[in-house]
Amino acid sequence: MSRAVTLASSLSWVAFLVTLPLWMNDLYFLHVLIITGIFIVAAMSLNLLLGYTGQLSLGHVAFFGIGAYVSSLVSLGFEIHVWGETTVSLEPKPVWLAMLVAVMFAGLCGFMIGKISFKVRGAYFVIVSVSFAEVTRLVALNWLELTQGPMALNNIPYLKLGIPGVGQIDFIGKLPNYYLVLGVAILTYVIIRRLVRSRAGRAMIALRENEPLATSVGIDVTRFLVLATVVSAGLAGLAGAVYAHYVRIVDPDVFLFIYTVTMVIMVVTGGKGTLAGPIVGGLIFGILPEVLRGFEVMPEIQWVVYGVLMILIVYFLPEGIVPALRDAWRRWAGRSGTPPARPTVVVEAQP
Amino acid sequence: MDQFLQHALNAMILGGTYALLGIGLTLIFGIMRVVNFTHGELYAFGAYMMYMWVMLIGANFMVSIVLAIALGVALGAVIEIVLLRRLRGADIDTTMLVMIGAWIAMQNIEQLAWSGVAKSINSPFPSAPLVMGAISVSWTRLFVFAVAVVLIAATNVLIQRTRLGKAMRATFQDREAAALMGVRIDTVHTATFALGSGLAAAAGALLGPVFVVYPTIGDLASLKAFAIVILGGLGSIPGATIGGFILAFMEELGAGYISSGYRDAMGFLLIILILLFKPTGLFARKERIG
Repeated sequence: MSRAVTLASSLSWVAFLVTLPLWMNDLYFLHVLIITGIFIVAAMSLNLLLGYTGQLSLGHVAFFGIGAYVSSLVSLGFEIHVWGETTVSLEPKPVWLAMLVAVMFAGLCGFMIGKISFKVRGAYFVIVSVSFAEVTRLVALNWLELTQGPMALNNIPYLKLGIPGVGQIDFIGKLPNYYLVLGVAILTYVIIRRLVRSRAGRAMIALRENEPLATSVGIDVTRFLVLATVVSAGLAGLAGAVYAHYVRIVDPDVFLFIYTVTMVIMVVTGGKGTLAGPIVGGLIFGILPEVLRGFEVMPEIQWVVYGVLMILIVYFLPEGIVPALRDAWRRWAGRSGTPPARPTVVVEAQP
Repeated sequence: MDQFLQHALNAMILGGTYALLGIGLTLIFGIMRVVNFTHGELYAFGAYMMYMWVMLIGANFMVSIVLAIALGVALGAVIEIVLLRRLRGADIDTTMLVMIGAWIAMQNIEQLAWSGVAKSINSPFPSAPLVMGAISVSWTRLFVFAVAVVLIAATNVLIQRTRLGKAMRATFQDREAAALMGVRIDTVHTATFALGSGLAAAAGALLGPVFVVYPTIGDLASLKAFAIVILGGLGSIPGATIGGFILAFMEELGAGYISSGYRDAMGFLLIILILLFKPTGLFARKERIG
């Protein structure tokens, strides 16, 4: 019965989001929703690492930016000099292929970062990821021949998809992109949900809870951490690719650290390690800047507010909004069979 | 060859301040198990305090350095007491999130207070450099190096020779045992964070007059401090000292012989090399999974 309730509520949410543009016909609001949706995808991918494996990727924007740059470059084509007279060039490719390449390239970067930094853990992964993001920004800024540096990549083509029976859809403008982002977000949600509820997902949660114990029962810790990093990086790359073909201009500022912070705040506020957490947090911090802008708040003050909020949430709502609401709901509803939204793990002992 | 000597000399001088940054961060991590993301902001704070005293108030240059360091120590103590004391015993990720929040808030307060325009600080030293054969060095940089060396030595004396230093070393080895022996852990933590912050502020106050001061200088300072500390092994003071010099050499030579645009990428390269070949750092004493 509870499964039916969950399914019904998911379907009504999707129906609400699908019909939203029909009765909320405001282009600016639609734009805010698109950007928020892209950030929610990125935050969901970060949650896979931060929430389910307990590894804080503080350079997550690097994968997002790599996705944006790779997808743009593959769809625009490029020619670079590698060594003396030797040049490497690429003819412009269709956008869907470019996005696929972007996802795979971001995943590959995640693989390498994971391989290097999961020899050690905790603080080291954080520091390696944050340095990696800084280096990608420097490369985007300095490799003028490839990235145009601060002049930015312009005129990035938009996505065209030929769907049998419907014909070709041009993803240009707000409405088609809204549905594209919605589709990508649902896809991401489903991928992450399937992953964390699989054997691999249970292994990740087990090693988040107690690594020595997880190792002792034969879980190959590094393998699962690297797997999570690859999936997470690939999804962040997908978000970046969607972003690039929506705004159609990409400059090195996509690598700014402040975007990583935004994603972290979204995940931590919503509730890390819950499927709904990044969505709730993403909606709050996607819409909040627009509300603050209404009051003509300076961006610096907005960031001070974000920083202070983050500290307050760690002190007073350490689990995030979604688990807190769930607990409150359970207390209110008694024990009438609400299943735990996140797989509980038998491992309780602390090292 | 002359060019190489010039780069090496620059690296020595930069390395002194990098070592200060690294020692501060490694002390805080080793003793408190806190990954201190506000470290770079303390560096920026030191630089801005220097700007305030020298350029706005017109205080004496030497006095200003002392004041900037003292204010850094005070700010560090406040951060520890207000933000970190209640998190004692919390896991490392929780404190990390709080420190990230503090970092964002501090950096943007700096931006509000001083605006985004870069500030320069005048130094009282003659602008003509000291020329030794084919290489030359400015008097300001020489002075910066001398002060950095004095501060590194003073920190070592503090850790190795004083009662407080003894308490810090005891806490580093085993917090519970130290507490049982009557070491006041709260005091040790506040003192450690204040000392580490003071060293970061000192680095900022010293490098402020050499470069220019702007609100986001702290980000790179943090990243460099992390690279230095990973290189030397978390918690190791000699490691952080030598790590500071190694990073400075790599940056100077990388900027001189490869490309100046990638100067700041050297720290990351260093982290990767270390993690590939000697993940415990060059001088680590303990295991480092934490």
